Amino acid sequence: MDDTLKSLLAEKKGQSLSAVELAALAAGFRLEMFDVLHSRGTGHWGGASSAAEITTSLYFNRMNVDPSNPAWEDRDRFILSKGHASMNLYTILAYKGFFSPEDLPGFRTLGSHLQGHPSMKRTPGVDMSTGALGHGLSIGVGMALAARLSGKKHWTYVLSGEGCLNEGQTWEAAMMAAKYRPERLVYMIDYNGVQLDGTSDDIMPLNPLADKFKAFGWNVAPKLYDGHDTKSLLESYDWMDSDDVWPKAVIYQTVKGKGVSFMEGKSAWHGAPIDIDSYAKGRPELLADIEKKEAAL
Amino acid sequence: MSVAMRDAFGAKLAELGKTNDKIVVLDADVSSSTKSAIFGKAFPDRFFNVGVAEANLVGVAAGLATAGYHPVVNAFAIFLALKSTDQIRNVFCYNHLPIVIAGAYGGLSDSFDGASHQSITDIAIMRAMPNMEVIVPADSRQAELALEYALQQNTPVYIRLNRNAMPSVPEPANFASKKVIVLKEGKDVTVAANGITAAMANDAAVLLAAKGVDAEILSIPFVKPLDGDGLAASVAKTGNLVTVEEHTVVGGFGSACLEALAKRKMTYAFDAIGVEDRFTETGPYDELLAAYGLSAESIADRVMKLLNK
Ligand SMILES: Cc1ncc(C[n+]2csc(CCOP(=O)(O)OP(=O)(O)O)c2C)c(N)n1
Repeated sequence: MDDTLKSLLAEKKGQSLSAVELAALAAGFRLEMFDVLHSRGTGHWGGASSAAEITTSLYFNRMNVDPSNPAWEDRDRFILSKGHASMNLYTILAYKGFFSPEDLPGFRTLGSHLQGHPSMKRTPGVDMSTGALGHGLSIGVGMALAARLSGKKHWTYVLSGEGCLNEGQTWEAAMMAAKYRPERLVYMIDYNGVQLDGTSDDIMPLNPLADKFKAFGWNVAPKLYDGHDTKSLLESYDWMDSDDVWPKAVIYQTVKGKGVSFMEGKSAWHGAPIDIDSYAKGRPELLADIEKKEAAL
Repeated sequence: MSVAMRDAFGAKLAELGKTNDKIVVLDADVSSSTKSAIFGKAFPDRFFNVGVAEANLVGVAAGLATAGYHPVVNAFAIFLALKSTDQIRNVFCYNHLPIVIAGAYGGLSDSFDGASHQSITDIAIMRAMPNMEVIVPADSRQAELALEYALQQNTPVYIRLNRNAMPSVPEPANFASKKVIVLKEGKDVTVAANGITAAMANDAAVLLAAKGVDAEILSIPFVKPLDGDGLAASVAKTGNLVTVEEHTVVGGFGSACLEALAKRKMTYAFDAIGVEDRFTETGPYDELLAAYGLSAESIADRVMKLLNK
């Protein structure tokens, strides 16, 4: 993170950031993910990058959390159902203040609290361990039902990619959520159209996805939002707040591997190590993006 | 005969629900079989029927457990062990969540439904998971005690339940100590019986006594943690061990006993009674059990063979 972003974070600590601020921050986080993933030679770039604006906006504009008290009962909950994007979540949590950003380079090393996939027992701020795809929505339903039972008003956000939507368990949970309609449960889909082996159209077509959730009885956002445009993300929050009909599903149109042109939309960059040549070629693009976004501050 | 474990367990759950408002109960469209419906009727707000969706069942329970609730998930043992293994391992156990997993229709007790419904691998699967405790009650009273115990733990506990009305054994003085329960002291052979086979072993002791064999009968509901010291003390005395379980002999209770004793470098003669590595079949419960060597007569015979008598 450069000095501009660091001082932005310090200045706006605990406040909701604006769309332009979020955009600059997300660009900075994306570079940090790229750097660590390259240096470690392990981890998942494609899906981490694709969700950079989604998680940045959620944590720095919307979610009610207290980094000094990760176990706070009334905090909003976040489940990264696409747990392989752990590097994304760790970066967000570190700069949000749950632990030191100096821990980030230790990602996936023996003894680090930054496990390959998120572990709630190891990393402050992680609300649920994930890694096996398809678990998140069920757990989110349980968390939201617990909030209802105990009369609490916090939100539960679940972020998934296509992988979780391939899993039968997600649709079991979708049916159940429509039966019980737990308040403030939001299922967010990072819809980048690419999985591990190839495009979802090739591997397991999901369209028409919004219609599927409607048919399951969900309150589905009226349009697809641009998951890389922070203004569009904030607009999706306006929709979340616009009525009291639960559960809610929102689909964000995204690009896997966003920000490095030759990696974008390619399943080969789902989990491949970022080799030195690709790193050298890709990094300037991410730097340029930061510069562009900072110019708008 | 006592009431069926499932009836006792279901009634106990509803009773405990009155004083413990942290208990939430989930079922996968088998609540009239598991008897969790008794709780559901008494506390509809704390009861969730998730439909025939065992993976989701476990996931939702985990979410509830993160917020201070103590979920009791009910489904058929075979489907909990096989259709929600990933969720039980990666969510319940990895996160060390306080959850009771109540496996209904354990062993061969869903006898007429046949091999697809008979749960003979659940103990091997559950005991292999870190942080999990595994209890196989001998009768309905032990099932109630197991539930009370499990609700006081901060960890996942698997309780395997039986479908049918079965004979009971004397109530243990201190179930929660997790120790082996000595049903009868003896000096010639240790019969270590898991689950409902304890009552059979007790009857076998009478048959053996008539043949001049003084058997020590242990009821061992806690497969994990296993009371290795208690077992070893008995085997050190008798020099002979026969394990009995309503489960495959691969990886279950008998294996757990051997692992515990192997570490203690003991020498003893051994036999394991259970379902030999094979699929089971349809039939009346008693006949089916007997077909796999699970009867007082068969236990007595196997003991006589082991002792070369
Ligand atoms: C149950 C399970 N099966 C397989 C995998 C291996 N896996 C990891 S990521 C992935 C594809 C995920 O695709 P998507 O959700 O679209 O990820 P994104 O593009 O958002 O990163 C697969 C198959 C897994 N983690 N869990």
